[in-house]
Amino acid sequence: MMHENSICFSNINQPESWKIENYMASGGYLQWKKILQGQPGDKARQKIVEIIKTSGLRGRGGAGFPTGLKWSFMPKTTEQKYLVCNSDESEPGTCHDREILKLNPHAVIEGMAIAGFAMDATVGYNYVRGEFIKDCYPIVEFALQEAYTHNLLGKNILGSGVNFDLYNFLGAGAYICGEETGLLESLEGKQGKPRFKPPFPAKFGVYGMPTTVNNTQTLASVPKIIEQGTEWYKSMGTDKSPGTNIFSVTGHVNKPGNYELPLGIPFADLLERAGGMLDNKKLKAVIPGGLSTKVLPGDVIADCTMDYESLASAGSALGTGAVVVIAEGTCMVELLKRSSRFYYVENCGQCTPCREGTGWLYRLLQKITQGKGQESDLTLLVDVANRIEGNTICAFGDAAAWPVQSFIEHYYSEFEYMINNHGKSIAA
Amino acid sequence: MSILKEIDHGTPAITSSITVSAKINGMDISVPEGTSIMRAASLYGIDIPKLCASDSLESFGSCRLCIVDYKDRTGFGYPSSCTTPITEGMEVITNNEKLTYLRKNLMELYISDHPLDCNTCAADGDCQLQDQASDLDLLGANNMLKPTRYNTVTNNTHLGQPIDSSNPYFNFDPEKCIVCSRCVRACNEVQGTYALSLHGRSYDTQIKPGIAENFLESECVSCGACVQSCPTGSLIEKTIVEKGIPDQTVLTTCGYCGVGCSFKAELKNGEVVRMVPHKDGKANHGHSCVKGRFAWGYTNHVDRIIKPMIREKITDPWEQVSWDRAITFAAAKLTKIQKEHGIQSIGGITSARTTNEEAYIVQKLIRTAFGNNNVDTCARVCHSPTGYGLKQTFGTSAGTQNFDSVLESDVILIIGANPIVAHPVFASQIKKRIKQGAKLIVADPRRTEIVESPHIKADYHLPLLPGSNVPLINAFSHVAVTEKLIDQNYINQRCDIESFNDWKEFISLEMHSPENAATATGLNATEIRAAARLYATGGNGAIYYGLGVTEHSQGSTMVMGMANLAMATGNVGSVGCGVNPLRGQNNVQGSCDMGSFPHELAGYQPIENDKMRGAFEKKWHVTIQNKPGMRSLNMFDAAVAGKFKGIYIQGEDFVQSEPNIQHIEQAFKSMECVIVQDLFLTETASYAHVFFPATSFLEKDGTFTNAERRINRVRPVMEPISGKHEWEITQELGQAMGYQMNYSSSSEIMDEISELAPTFKGVSFDKLDKLGSVQWPCNDEAPEGTPIMHVGEFVRGKGKFILTEYVPTTEAANRKYPLLLTTGRNLTQYNVGTQTRRTPNTIWGEDDVLEIHPADASTRGVNNETLVLLRSRKGETTLRAIITENIPPGVVYTTFHNPETGANVVTTENSDWATNCPEYKVTAVEVEPAEHRSEWQIKRTRELKKFRQIRSP
Ligand SMILES: Cc1cc2nc3c(=O)[nH]c(=O)nc-3n(C[C@H](O)[C@H](O)[C@H](O)COP(=O)(O)O)c2cc1C
Ligand code: SF4
Ligand code: SF4
Ligand code: SF4
Ligand code: FES
Repeated sequence: MMHENSICFSNINQPESWKIENYMASGGYLQWKKILQGQPGDKARQKIVEIIKTSGLRGRGGAGFPTGLKWSFMPKTTEQKYLVCNSDESEPGTCHDREILKLNPHAVIEGMAIAGFAMDATVGYNYVRGEFIKDCYPIVEFALQEAYTHNLLGKNILGSGVNFDLYNFLGAGAYICGEETGLLESLEGKQGKPRFKPPFPAKFGVYGMPTTVNNTQTLASVPKIIEQGTEWYKSMGTDKSPGTNIFSVTGHVNKPGNYELPLGIPFADLLERAGGMLDNKKLKAVIPGGLSTKVLPGDVIADCTMDYESLASAGSALGTGAVVVIAEGTCMVELLKRSSRFYYVENCGQCTPCREGTGWLYRLLQKITQGKGQESDLTLLVDVANRIEGNTICAFGDAAAWPVQSFIEHYYSEFEYMINNHGKSIAA
Repeated sequence: MSILKEIDHGTPAITSSITVSAKINGMDISVPEGTSIMRAASLYGIDIPKLCASDSLESFGSCRLCIVDYKDRTGFGYPSSCTTPITEGMEVITNNEKLTYLRKNLMELYISDHPLDCNTCAADGDCQLQDQASDLDLLGANNMLKPTRYNTVTNNTHLGQPIDSSNPYFNFDPEKCIVCSRCVRACNEVQGTYALSLHGRSYDTQIKPGIAENFLESECVSCGACVQSCPTGSLIEKTIVEKGIPDQTVLTTCGYCGVGCSFKAELKNGEVVRMVPHKDGKANHGHSCVKGRFAWGYTNHVDRIIKPMIREKITDPWEQVSWDRAITFAAAKLTKIQKEHGIQSIGGITSARTTNEEAYIVQKLIRTAFGNNNVDTCARVCHSPTGYGLKQTFGTSAGTQNFDSVLESDVILIIGANPIVAHPVFASQIKKRIKQGAKLIVADPRRTEIVESPHIKADYHLPLLPGSNVPLINAFSHVAVTEKLIDQNYINQRCDIESFNDWKEFISLEMHSPENAATATGLNATEIRAAARLYATGGNGAIYYGLGVTEHSQGSTMVMGMANLAMATGNVGSVGCGVNPLRGQNNVQGSCDMGSFPHELAGYQPIENDKMRGAFEKKWHVTIQNKPGMRSLNMFDAAVAGKFKGIYIQGEDFVQSEPNIQHIEQAFKSMECVIVQDLFLTETASYAHVFFPATSFLEKDGTFTNAERRINRVRPVMEPISGKHEWEITQELGQAMGYQMNYSSSSEIMDEISELAPTFKGVSFDKLDKLGSVQWPCNDEAPEGTPIMHVGEFVRGKGKFILTEYVPTTEAANRKYPLLLTTGRNLTQYNVGTQTRRTPNTIWGEDDVLEIHPADASTRGVNNETLVLLRSRKGETTLRAIITENIPPGVVYTTFHNPETGANVVTTENSDWATNCPEYKVTAVEVEPAEHRSEWQIKRTRELKKFRQIRSP
C-alpha cells in the first residue's frame, strides 16, 4: 500500500534514524527553522493552529479529540504556559509511542517546539513512562541534548526571539499517570492522582498554569503536516478520520507489530498486514483500541474499517489504536478476569466507585473462575460496572467498566456455562 | 445548650463581585460566581448527601455521593455537586430516582468493606456514614448496617486491622476508614503539617501517618484537625471512646495562649468529654492546637488544690482551713504589716491567665483596700516593651491588626517569634498565606520551624546574634530611607513631620548601614539589604514579633524601631500590614488593659492624670495615690531590703519565671505574708503563707482578650471546684480589709470597666453573646469593635518617629562565658509547664534541653543527649544537650518549661531600660559536660519538698 509509514514512521527504516543529522537530512527541523526565520509573532501562531485545525488531526492518546481545537483553548494571555507530551504509554496492547521515541525522537521534539510556539508555551515537558528507563529514555535524552547543541531549543532560538525549553521527565511506573491530570500531578512531584475537571488543564494545568497535554504520536505528526500541507494529510484516511495511525497489533496473529497506515483501512486488510490469524485459527473477537475499549465479536469487527466513526458505530472505539486479536478457543471469562485485575491494581484509589468497584469486579470474577459463582453475580457485575461508568473523577472508571459490560454482553453464555459447571471453561 | 452542630456547607465560601442566579429543585437562588452547586444548595437549606466534602477544605470530588443532575446536561455520568460550580440559569435537581439508586449502590460499596455493628462503635450517633446509610434505608432497626449484596464475598477486605492508639489523645481505626481523604487534606490545608498521606493506590489505598509506623512517631503535631474532619469513627478522641458522645455544648475560649481560640466544650452528663474548636471563632476559624484541643485534663488533676490553706511559717506544713478562716488570716496579716511597715509595704500581682474581670478586681483591691499602686503583672516579664513602644509611636499599647489581616499580607516579617510552636493556630494561617505566594523574612538566631517546613521556605532567614535586634531594624530603615523606598506621601499625611525629619537624619547615618550592622548582628550585609528592600517594596508588609524582641535590655527601643520602619514604609493602618506582638498568654493583653501596671489605670489611663484618676476615685469612693507604685522587680528588691513584706499573687509562678531565681527566692523568704492564688502548689507557693485555690478556665465566667485585642467570652462548664470564683475571693479579701465591693456577677465587673475605660465603653456580656466577640476599641464610634487600628489617623494623632540608638547589653560573651544563651518554648509544653506537665503531653517530653551547635559541642567534648552544666555569672544548672545545626555557632538555646531545670537560675537581672522587662534572651554562658545534677538543683529539690508538705486533715 502506498501510504505506509508516511508520517511518524517516515524515516524509521534509515540507519540511526534517531540521530539529528539523519533526521535533518530528510528535511527534519526545516519547518521549525522556517517558523523561526519568518515573522514569529501572533499571526504566525494563529496560522499554525489553523493548519492543524484544517488538517483534522485528532489526538492519538485515546479520546480522539481534535488537536487544533484543543490548542485554540489555550488563553491568549502573557502568563507562563506549558506544553506537555504524554509519553506515558501504558494502555495494555499499546506500544507505538515507544517506537516513535526510539526511532524518531526528533519528530517529537520538533512537533513540541512548533506546538509550543503555536500556543505561546515557552516550556515543554516530555513525560516518559517509567518502564522506558532502559531502552527508550536514554535516546530521548540524547536527542534532547542534540537539539540543544544545534540551538534548536532554549532561549532566543536562532536569534528569533522565540524561547522554548524542553525537559524530559521519567515517570515512576503507574498507568494512571497517563491520564492527563494524574500526569500533571506526577510531574509536579506529587502522587499521580487525577484532578477533577473543570477546571481543565488549558485553564489550570501544571503548577496551576495553562497547559496543553498531547500524546506523543499526535505531536510527532505535526512537522509532517506542516511540511506536506493539509491537503496531502487529508488525502489519507477518511473524511472525519484523516491521516494515518499507528496500529499496534497484538494477540493471535502471525506478525504482531506496529503498522502506520491510513485511518479507515478495512479491518481485514489490517489483519492481513499482521500476517493473518495465528495457526489459521478462526477470529473470535477483537479489542480494537487498547484494553479500555469495548470488545467486538469477530463478525462485527469484520465489517468495520479502522477509524473513529466506524468503530464507534460498532459499539467500541479506536482508542489508542492497539488492536488485540483474539482467536477461537480463548476463554473470555479468564480474559476478562485478567483485564479486571489490571484495573483493580492500577486505579489511583481516590474515588469510591472506582476504588471499591474495581475491587468487587475483580473479586466477583475471581469467584466465578474459582467455580464459586452464582447466576446473580453476573447481574451484580454489570450493575457495579454501570455505576462506575460516568461517576468518577477521571475516565479510568469508564475504562474499567467497559470491558466488563461488553464481555458479558457478547459472551454471556460463556460466563453462564462456567457458573453452572463449577469453573470449567466452555472454551477449553 | 443542647449539642451544637455547626452547618457544613460542603465547600469554602467564595468571594466574587458577580452574582449568578439559578434554580435548585425549582427554588430560585443567587450566589457569588464560582460557588459550588453543593454550597449554593446548602445556603438555601437544601442538603446534598456528601462524605468527602467539608467547607473547611478545598473540594475533592472523591466520594461521588453528592452527584446531581441538571437540565440540558451533556455528556454521560452525573457531575459531583461539590466540584461543579453553579452557573447562570442552571436548573439543578438534587434528588431523583436515578440519583438515589446510584447513591444507594455507592453506599453499599462502602458498607461492603466496613464493620456492620454501629451499635458497638464509639461514633454511633455522630457518624456521617451512618447518617447517609440511614437516609438510604441501609441502617437496620437494630442499629446495625444492613449487609449488602457484596457481603457474600468475604475475602480481601480491610476488616480486622489493628487500631493505632499510639497518640495519647486519639485513635485511628483503619477498619472504619472510608478513604475520603478529609484527614489528609485537613492536615495539609488547615494545619499545614503534611503528616498524613494516602498510601498505596487502588483498593489497597490506606491512610498512613507518612512513613512512620504510627501517629506518635510521625510528623503529627496532634492539632486534632484530622480527627475533627473525619466523617466516621475512624479517627476519634479517646475521651469519646471512653465516655461516649456528648449531649451538651458550652461555647468558651481556650485558656492557653494569646491566640485565644474559640472552643465548643462538649459535655456528657455535665462532664467535659471533648473540646472542639468552634467554626465561628474569629481568631481560629475552627482550628486549634494540641494544647487547647486536648491538654485540658489538668483541670481535674489530682494535684489540684481545692481547699484554702494557711501556715505561719513556710517551713510549717500547710493546714487546710475554711474560706472564712483563710481570708481573715490573710487580711489580718496584711493589715498588721501595713501598720508596722507602712502603706507601701504590701502589693500584688495580677495574672495574665485569669479573666479580665478577675484581673481588674485585683488591681482595684490594691488601689483601694491596700491604698497604694503597688500592682504589677506578669506582662512585665514579656510584653511591657510592646506597651511602651507602641504607645510612644502609635498611641496605643496593642497590636495593630486582626489575625485575618495576614491573609492579605504580601511580605511577612517575623522577628524573635516562633509561631509554629508558640502560636500554632495563627502559624497555620501564616503558612496558608505563604503557600499562596506571600514572601517571608525571619529574623531569629535559631532556624525555627517557620524558616523551613513542608511547602514553606523563608525567602530570607537572618540568624542574628542574640541582642542585636536594634542594629538590624535600624539597618532595615537605613536601606528604606537611603534607597528612597519610603512612602513620603503617607508620612506627610499621617506622621509627625518634625520627628520624621530628625529620625531620617539619624537613620541615614552611615553607622546604621547594613554594612556596619554586619558586625553587631553577625549577618551578611547583602542579605540584610535584600531583605530590607523586600519588606519596603514587596506590597503589604506585616511585622509579627515575640519575646525575642521584647525580652532584651533594648526591648522598647526595638519595638519603636519596628514602628518607625512600618510608618516610614506606609505599613500601618490598613489591612495586610501592621506591627503585631504575638502574645504568649491567654489574657496577657487583657491584664494590661485592666490597669495592672503601677502607673496606669484600666484602659491605659495615666495614674498621674487628675481627671482620669478622679473618675475612678468617684466610682470607687476612695482617694487613689497619684504617683505610680512599685514594679515587681522593685517590690522584690524592697523585700530583700526588708521594706516590703506582703504580696498577693494571682496565678503567676514568679519563682520559676522571673530571671535570677536565687535573688527572687531570697526576696520571698524575707516576706511575712505571701498569698498565692493558683491551681497547684507552684514553686512560688512553696514560699507562701496563704494559698487560695483558683479556678481553671472551665470554671471561669468572664472574658479573655487575645493578641488581636479580641474580647472573647469564657463560659463556665461547671461550678468552681473550690467553691468560689476568683473575683469572689478578691472581693472578700477586700471586705475583710475594710473595703466594700458588692459585685454579684462578673458581668457587673465588666459593666464597671466599660464605664471607666473609654476603649471598652461599648463592651458588655450581652453584646459579646450577640456578636461572639469584639476587638477593642469598642465604643460609640466603633460599636462592633475595631479589627484594624490607626486607620486614617493614629490613636495619638500623628505617628511619631523616635530615635532608636543602639546601646548594646552589658551581657556580652567573654573568655569566661563565651556563648550566648537564649530561651524559648516548645509546642506541647506551655510556659512553666504547671498545666501541661499535668497532661499526657508529657509523652512528648517534659525536660528542658540545651540546643548547641556541633562545633561548640565538639570543642567542649559535649556529646548528644548527655548531661551538661550550664553556667553564667549568676548561677548554674544542668540539663541535657541536643546537638543541632538549627542554632548558629556561639549561641545556645533552652526552653524554660521545667522547674527542675530552673533555666532562669542562670539568666541575669538585666532588663529593658524603659520597662524593666527582664533580658531573658541574652545571657553569656559556658557549657561543659556534667556528671550529676548541679548543687543548686539538688539542694533546691530537697528544700522545696520541705516547703510543700500539707498536714493531713
Ligand atoms: C486511565 C487513562 C490513561 C491514559 N493513558 C494515556 C497514555 O498512556 N498516553 C496518552 O497519550 N494518553 C493517555 N490517556 C489520555 C490522556 O488523558 C489525554 O487525553 C491525552 O494525553 C491527550 O492527548 P491527545 O489529545 O493528543 O490525544 C489516558 C487516559 C486515561 C483516562
Ligand atoms: S493531628 Fe493535626 S498534625 Fe496530626 S495528623 Fe492530624 S491534622 Fe495532621
Ligand atoms: S480516617 Fe476518617 S477522614 Fe481519614 S480518610 Fe478515613 S474516614 Fe476519611
Ligand atoms: S493556639 Fe493557643 S489559644 Fe489556640 S488552642 Fe492552642 S493554646 Fe489554645
Ligand atoms: S461530597 Fe462531592 S464527591 Fe464527595
